[in-house]
Amino acid sequence: MILARIVGTVVATRKDPKLVSTKLLVARPMDPHGKPEGTYLVAVDTVDAGVGETVLIVSGSSARMAAGMKDCPIDAAIVGIVDAVDVVAG
Amino acid sequence: MQLARVIGDVVASHKDRNLSALKLLVLQPLAADGSDAGRTLVAVDAVGAGVGETVFFVRGKEASFPFFPTEVPTDAGVVGIVDHWDLG
Repeated sequence: MILARIVGTVVATRKDPKLVSTKLLVARPMDPHGKPEGTYLVAVDTVDAGVGETVLIVSGSSARMAAGMKDCPIDAAIVGIVDAVDVVAG
Repeated sequence: MQLARVIGDVVASHKDRNLSALKLLVLQPLAADGSDAGRTLVAVDAVGAGVGETVFFVRGKEASFPFFPTEVPTDAGVVGIVDHWDLG
């Protein structure tokens, strides 16, 4: 899983039927210290996250194991809202 | 599977119900010589690992298998604590 900050939302009227009524957010991956890294991605929100929050994103086929995402065509799902990251080194 | 050092942990009180009660660790993948290799990631802990330990972890859907039949939504999981490793 990766840490990311929510930076925006996506509105898509025409999409796969399995994605109807899902919430899509734009996320910017970041390192444990909060520094942005990598490219933006679109993830399905399963925990009611919002813009500005730090979240946990699960990628790949595992994203379909998030609540309510069975058999959905997704490869990234937001599965947690991060309260704190404690890092001792690195 | 890959070697990594546990460098921290993540607290997330609002999360997927199948992630509840699981420990989330921040991992720094390691090269064979023990130096940092690649980006940090967050993994669920299946073996009771802690900060400062060297571990190996599995990527992909298989990371949820230690918790079967619960479908834990994770793409990375710590499945072993390394005592030592030798290069031939």
